[in-house]
Amino acid sequence: MEAVVFVFSLLDCCALIFLSVYFIITLSDLECDYINARSCCSKLNKWIIPELIGHTIVTLLMLVSLHWFIFLLNLPVATWNIYRFIMVPSGNMGVFDPTEIHNRGQLKSHMKEAMIKLGFHLLCFFMYLYSMILALIND
Amino acid sequence: MCNFKLSGSLIKISKRSPAQNQMQIPSGYGVYPQNYSAPSGHCFQGPGKMTSLPLDDQRGDYYSGLYTVPTQNVVTPKTTNQQPGAQQIYGRVPPAPHNVGSTPEYFQGAASSASHLYTSASQPYSSPVNHYSGPAMYSANSSAVSQGFPSTCGHYAVSTVSNAVYPSVSYPSLPAGEPYGQQMFTSQNASTVRPVRDNSFSSQNTALSHPSPLPPPPSQQYHQQQSLSGYSTPSWSASGPPSTQDNLVRNHTGSLTPANNNPTNTVADSLSCPVTQNVQPPKSSPVVSTVVSGASSARLPPTANHLVEPVASVPQPSELLQQKDMLSSSASSPAPDPAPEPDPIPAPVPTAPQPSKVAKPFGYGYPTLQPGYQNTAAPLHSGGQPCSPAYSGFQQYAQQYPGMNQLSSSLGGLSLQSSVQPESLRPVNLTQERNILPVTPILAPIPNLNLDLKKLNCSPDSFRCTLTNIPQTQALLTKAKLPLGLLLHPFRDLTQLPVITSNTIVRCRSCRTYINPFVSFIDQRRWKCNLCYRVNDVPEEFMYNPLTRSYGEPHKRPEVQNSTVEFIASSDYMLRPPQPAVYLFVLDVSHNAVEAGYLTILCQSLLENLDKLPGDSRTRIGFVTFDSTIHFYNLQEGLSQPQMLIVSDIDDVFLPTPDSLLVNLHESKELIKDLLNALPNMFTNTRETHSALGPALQAAFKLMSPTGGRVSVFQTQLPSLGAGLLQSREDPNQRSSTKVVQHLGPATDFYKKLALDCSGQQTAVDLFLLSSQYSDLSSLACMSKYSAGCIYYYPSFHSTHNPSQAEKLQKELKRYLTRKIGFEAVMRIRCTKGLSMHTFHGNFFVRSTDLLSLANINPDAGFAVQLSIEESLTDTSLVCFQTALLYTSSKGERRIRVHTLCLPVVSSLADVYAGVDVQAAICLLANMAVDRSISTSLSDARDALVNAVVDSLSAYSSTVSNLQHSVLIAPSSLKLFPLYVLALLKQKAFRTGTSTRLDDRVYAMCQIKCQPLVHLMKMIHPNLYRIDRLIDEGAIHVNDRVVPQPPLQKLSAEKLTREGAFLMDCGCVFYIWVGKSCDNNFIEDVLGCPNFASIPQKMTHLPELDTLSSERTRSFITWLRDSRPLSPVLHVVKDESPAKTEFFQHLIEDRTEAAFSYYEFLLHIQQQICK
Repeated sequence: MEAVVFVFSLLDCCALIFLSVYFIITLSDLECDYINARSCCSKLNKWIIPELIGHTIVTLLMLVSLHWFIFLLNLPVATWNIYRFIMVPSGNMGVFDPTEIHNRGQLKSHMKEAMIKLGFHLLCFFMYLYSMILALIND
Repeated sequence: MCNFKLSGSLIKISKRSPAQNQMQIPSGYGVYPQNYSAPSGHCFQGPGKMTSLPLDDQRGDYYSGLYTVPTQNVVTPKTTNQQPGAQQIYGRVPPAPHNVGSTPEYFQGAASSASHLYTSASQPYSSPVNHYSGPAMYSANSSAVSQGFPSTCGHYAVSTVSNAVYPSVSYPSLPAGEPYGQQMFTSQNASTVRPVRDNSFSSQNTALSHPSPLPPPPSQQYHQQQSLSGYSTPSWSASGPPSTQDNLVRNHTGSLTPANNNPTNTVADSLSCPVTQNVQPPKSSPVVSTVVSGASSARLPPTANHLVEPVASVPQPSELLQQKDMLSSSASSPAPDPAPEPDPIPAPVPTAPQPSKVAKPFGYGYPTLQPGYQNTAAPLHSGGQPCSPAYSGFQQYAQQYPGMNQLSSSLGGLSLQSSVQPESLRPVNLTQERNILPVTPILAPIPNLNLDLKKLNCSPDSFRCTLTNIPQTQALLTKAKLPLGLLLHPFRDLTQLPVITSNTIVRCRSCRTYINPFVSFIDQRRWKCNLCYRVNDVPEEFMYNPLTRSYGEPHKRPEVQNSTVEFIASSDYMLRPPQPAVYLFVLDVSHNAVEAGYLTILCQSLLENLDKLPGDSRTRIGFVTFDSTIHFYNLQEGLSQPQMLIVSDIDDVFLPTPDSLLVNLHESKELIKDLLNALPNMFTNTRETHSALGPALQAAFKLMSPTGGRVSVFQTQLPSLGAGLLQSREDPNQRSSTKVVQHLGPATDFYKKLALDCSGQQTAVDLFLLSSQYSDLSSLACMSKYSAGCIYYYPSFHSTHNPSQAEKLQKELKRYLTRKIGFEAVMRIRCTKGLSMHTFHGNFFVRSTDLLSLANINPDAGFAVQLSIEESLTDTSLVCFQTALLYTSSKGERRIRVHTLCLPVVSSLADVYAGVDVQAAICLLANMAVDRSISTSLSDARDALVNAVVDSLSAYSSTVSNLQHSVLIAPSSLKLFPLYVLALLKQKAFRTGTSTRLDDRVYAMCQIKCQPLVHLMKMIHPNLYRIDRLIDEGAIHVNDRVVPQPPLQKLSAEKLTREGAFLMDCGCVFYIWVGKSCDNNFIEDVLGCPNFASIPQKMTHLPELDTLSSERTRSFITWLRDSRPLSPVLHVVKDESPAKTEFFQHLIEDRTEAAFSYYEFLLHIQQQICK
């Protein structure tokens, strides 16, 4: 059973890693002016909810399977995702708003955020991998 | 007159919409070519340098003129130097500058030589004598701005400057077909070349009140001297055609009297003529310390006239070099005489051999200048002109190597630090200083650059920086606690603007910066970009200088002589063929709208201005009306009457006949007129109260998307149907809350998305909101904010019950319909490497990091940009900013308007404080505060504003001033900072505790975001004048009228006396407050009422009475009105009438129940600092 949990987490984590890379690539495309703000934001906003769901599921799964350490590790990031999603002002077009992304260094902070998430997911990836192997061996 | 030919082929005058102030500058233009004709091609002073400031606004100009003076005076040294025969006299101007009577005499002496009259009192070297009928004169013009007219001469300055500009242009006499680019200089007012020239000619003549022996041309008749009210102003009084504007007035400086020219004009070809002229024996010089410009070829020792000793009589060569450089630059003489040998022929004389010389300089290497020298040199200039003959030897260098200008300019910043503490750093004790507000209008500080660069720099009206001294590092900026940013007004109505057509637009190859006056020419074939420092080649075409028709003078090209230029872009700058002007009107015709009655006013205005809509033969126009359904109007040519098509499916809007809804204005004019006549009455009986704004906008978007253009939306209520419907969010009980103000942001992203879609299709949406109740402007405004539209709001509009709003709508519509417009525009702002832009304010969509997408651009749009310093600027002494606005004119031409601003870099905190432009800073702060209140909260924004003052003042007192902390000290440059911040806090946008409707507040925020600085400052801090005792002292003359200049009063009830009458200028509205016991004479003579009691409650016009005081008052108000695009509505407010609260809320120095008085605010700040 334990192994199944980690296999699922591992797959989910892979998806999140790819998503983070996609965010970084798209944002740097915007930075380099390869795409315009409008298309960049509509591309990214589409993936905000899948990312949110994907990460929340893993977090909850860890809580349910009583892996306290991993749960607590994931909690801040999951909270941040939800908070960010909820706090979008009603007039904005999503977490990424094309009219504001170039203002007040928002682009940079989005970029930084995507980088941090990538690092975090990589860390998680190896943790899940290790836990999965451990679980398989124990079985 | 071979040179004249230029006019036909080369000079193209664009038909711009007449600038608001209708100056007739263009006339000045025409003239030059004629006068100049002779010198062209020859050595003369390139007119060039003058050009830098295309100024049309009065204040800025005045300043610039002022500042440029010194160098310009030096104009013609070269003659002196080169030939033993040449003499220069620097006359000191007699103290009474404008004295008409005296001037003629001076001229007498100098008359035979081409003389110029400079009457400027305060300038030590006011008159560069230049008698080479040459262009030099022109350059001198700008110096003419005399200080005699303290606050007012703006207009005049303009004219002179502009004159100066043109000459440079006029030179190019290229055959039309010339492969080398043609130069086109346009003036906005002028429609055709011919007339202009004539005009100008006359104006010129008039300008010089010059009793020359030669028969004056017919036009001279104009220049009688006018003595108005004891004020005799011969030279600049309204000479010229009656219609001539103030600008012309000042022409005296620039004007070559025909008398002068007579000989010289023709001279161009004949060698002998000029010589004879020039060889005026010194006799002319005896004219005492005057304005005389009789440079004769005889060389004289430094004459008595020369009051100021040259700073260094035997200067070091290098120093001289530098000075020469400056001199020459002012003279901008291309004359490339070989330096060393004294030329037997007076340089300026257009002799045959000279043309051949033109090419010479290239053979010479460019001397390398050592920075050290330059630095030392600069201060000298400001002090006094080293104009002694001793310099002469060196002069040639300067002339020869024009590149030096650029070199020196790049080094110029080094010479900034003067040992004397500048006035702007004088510490001011704020709590002690009772009258902090100066009595004259506040002018933009001038960047502390060397004189050359000052002259060339962009007008502060178009381009301003909050810190005119840029700190070297981000650390220093942080220490100063001042905002760093730019304020732009890029598409301002300009009275004159050099327009350049050439096959290649020279730009830096790596950063794409347009070539500008601040680049440095390394040698003739290479230039160094001033933004990224890349060395670029000068293209072959650019080597040809059309001004002198000579090859190899890239530094004399107008692009390098003007910091504001306009290029006609080639097809490389188009993604598609230039679009036609397309206008679509989307009109609310629900019950509410019909009740308010705006349709009548709109249709009337449209009918009146249909022919004045900017556009060409392709102009298209269309109408859509909506209530709960959407009505289209088929106006296809050939129909007998307009056909109305109703679409009731608002969930899925479609266009019934896509081809015939937007029709050619000229082909279907009759149908359009029919429709406009019918429209106001078509819906009189409607019972439809719903408004389907969202679907109507979607329809408009579909209609416009193939072409792009302008959509004008008129809305009178909250949209209640279909997409984009809104709910009322305002709680009237919260209007005066001091705590939280909610709903400053939009309720839905529908309008933002729509705006972005529109922006993508080059369509701008302008919103006219005429509503009596809450209409959620914060949501609706998004449609204009992001599509680069503009927003107009008329609270409680009713065409009959609220006549002042109706009048306002009428006036604003007139301006709106007829003002210039640019389509499918983009604006890019570049700055020197090391600086970066991080936040933009205004109405536009930021498409990529530094590219603003503007579907439309209009002359009333302002922008702000925040900057940060990414890399230390230690290796540079100057930074430059360049805005390039690429747009399609209403005539279907693709054009690029480029502004370049150059500022010095400083390393000490004191210098940073010395260079603060407090008005720009306050406007930038206001923009930031708007963002803050929307993204976080209003109280946060208010705190941030207060902290901005507290931080900067405490940083100043702890680092720069050594005074104790117990007093509130500010540098003089920042002394108005607390006052302005207090004014901001009492603005509708940011005030709390006073009942403010949400829409009013949001509208104020929108205005802060998109108004240019000049208008915004009036809104933030109105001007108050006492007008019941207007006197002519200090008055200025504009268009034959005397305009009194009453002092500014501080905005406090303490200044209002019951015995007086006061005028408050709030930018978009004027109030006249009449005290209860106001002098009956004033009430009778000006207001036309027998006594105070009989003044009507709603008075919006001053009667035209035939009394002196009425005339004065009206001319003053007219003068104020003329200075801005919108003519403001006037309200006469009686003391103790209910309307007076409107007036009193602007008295920001007084205490209100919810806000500090100015003094309390200072104490509050002091307390905060001490904490």
